[in-house]
Amino acid sequence: MATVQTRSDRQAPERPPGAQLRGRVRAVGRRAEATAGLLLAGPALVVFIIFMFVPLALTFWYSLHRYSGFGRMTYLGSQNYRDIIQDATFWKALLNTGVYTALSVPIGIALGLGAALLLNKVMPARTLFRALVYVPVVVSGVASGIIFLRLFDPLLGVLNQIMSSVGLPTVDWQGNGSAAFASVIIVTTWQGVGFGMVVYLAGLQGIPREMYEAASLDGAVGWKSFRYITWPLLGPTTFFLVVFSIITSFQVFDVVYVLTRGGPGTSTTFLVQYAYDQGFNQRHQGYAAAIGVILYFIVLALTIVQWRFSRRRDVA
Amino acid sequence: MSASAAAVAELAEGPHDQPQSERPAQSRRVVMVRVALAVAGVALLMFPMYWMLRISVASTSELANLPVRLWPQEWLWKNYIEPWSQYPFARWLWNSVVIAGLSVVLTVLINLCAGYAFAKLRFPGRNLLFLLILSTLMVPVQVIMVPQFQIVVDLHLLNSTGGVVLPRLAEAFGLFMARQFFMAIPDELLDAAKCDGAGHIRAFWRIAVPLSKPLIAVLVIFTFMWRWNEFVWPLIVLTDPNSYTLPVGLQFLIGQFSTNFGPLLAMSFLSILPMLIVFGFFQRYFVEGVARTGIK
Repeated sequence: MATVQTRSDRQAPERPPGAQLRGRVRAVGRRAEATAGLLLAGPALVVFIIFMFVPLALTFWYSLHRYSGFGRMTYLGSQNYRDIIQDATFWKALLNTGVYTALSVPIGIALGLGAALLLNKVMPARTLFRALVYVPVVVSGVASGIIFLRLFDPLLGVLNQIMSSVGLPTVDWQGNGSAAFASVIIVTTWQGVGFGMVVYLAGLQGIPREMYEAASLDGAVGWKSFRYITWPLLGPTTFFLVVFSIITSFQVFDVVYVLTRGGPGTSTTFLVQYAYDQGFNQRHQGYAAAIGVILYFIVLALTIVQWRFSRRRDVA
Repeated sequence: MSASAAAVAELAEGPHDQPQSERPAQSRRVVMVRVALAVAGVALLMFPMYWMLRISVASTSELANLPVRLWPQEWLWKNYIEPWSQYPFARWLWNSVVIAGLSVVLTVLINLCAGYAFAKLRFPGRNLLFLLILSTLMVPVQVIMVPQFQIVVDLHLLNSTGGVVLPRLAEAFGLFMARQFFMAIPDELLDAAKCDGAGHIRAFWRIAVPLSKPLIAVLVIFTFMWRWNEFVWPLIVLTDPNSYTLPVGLQFLIGQFSTNFGPLLAMSFLSILPMLIVFGFFQRYFVEGVARTGIK
């Protein structure tokens, strides 16, 4: 394992020292290299063209049409986009996605950090604890949805039983919009804590112990050492997790599909559900494609932010 | 990304002590408090898993009798047995195995080759192509699913293994990982082979591939996990109940069992069991892979 683990992401120099040896046969060699390169990259390029670039271009094309999935397409120009602007459900889905992101990202990151800080300390069975926190990450969204469907059941669910047994009012997790929304956040947080923990654990390992030793001489221990050393030095990790969690929060689908079906009403309908519903239930494929285009630009903008940042860090 | 990369290196090397914890003045009581916190947190996180197992052996009548006891009062093993004959569960399991297995093999092959080409070989359009591919890293499947579905229909791949597997091979994650990995292999190693008369492809096969076991391990595990758990794309492509994968089959069972949660949770557990076993064995790689790439 040593080779990967100790490597850095820095680029190897373009021209290796051994390159001079090939000097005389450079022209021939270059052609052979290009052939080998295209040959090896070929399968990936074919797959990407057929199943990524063509569909991406077609998404834009479809978004300018009315199309039911079979038969003829009717050219509409920008009509789909103008309809979207008038579409209350679209705005509700966008708002839901935004609110979901604003709530779930900080909660997930705080819990991931908490778990990492705790399980970074020496304690018995630490490896087991870490593994157990990570277990929900490997459970499929559908299975998670089913597990929590039962837990959140307003009548028979154990959650309401527990709440009433300790004197709390029971909650209608399925009929009440805000409660249903909260239930989605609870489930996806449950799924995501392990991931946040692992990324933060890695970040914590990157902080040199000398920092803590030096700081403790200055009296910075406990909260102070967290406030002035750990937290600032985890900055890049936190930033990465924030951007990454925002992007994934735009893609939450499986849990919602099983747990709430976007309801009650449209209270848990996110952009991806709305696009799916328009495309494959309502058969408004042109309209769904237009939603897809909007989603694409949102995610692209977020990806660029992350990219810029990770580039800067690689240089530093 | 690279900060977490270097960091995880150490993480994976084993449970050595962390900086803060080596301060000598660590009293027993502090450790006890931490363990208690960890136990409480893990218990909270594991409760839904426990509840799945507990409900999976319960009858409808036991579940209707409130409050439901924390420990099973009866063990209804038929919840685990009967759905196999009532529904094509074995078929779904097999479909999932085939789809995940095939996806793993193809993903590893394609990405090893392409990752090496993008890292070590110069060919026309290389940088532009890589940028284009990388820019799709975070594109949700919902963005392209409408035309992608049409393409699958046109290629006569509806309800087929290929229809699920092939479109998902166009995923930038594996290629990105592979390229990063091969960039770290010194050119001198490969040039030595070339001096001995080996061509580029032979140098790749003889030198680079044998070195890439850790890369292969991470690709295998992540591809397996994602394809095993994948839902929305199989849901679109697989319309015939016999061609379902486990997650699609499970969501179909929700409607079938409605309030009879025992067998539903039994089947849910069985559907995630293979994944849990894989996780148990390769836990280290999961943790390492996530943190190293920092990408889902």
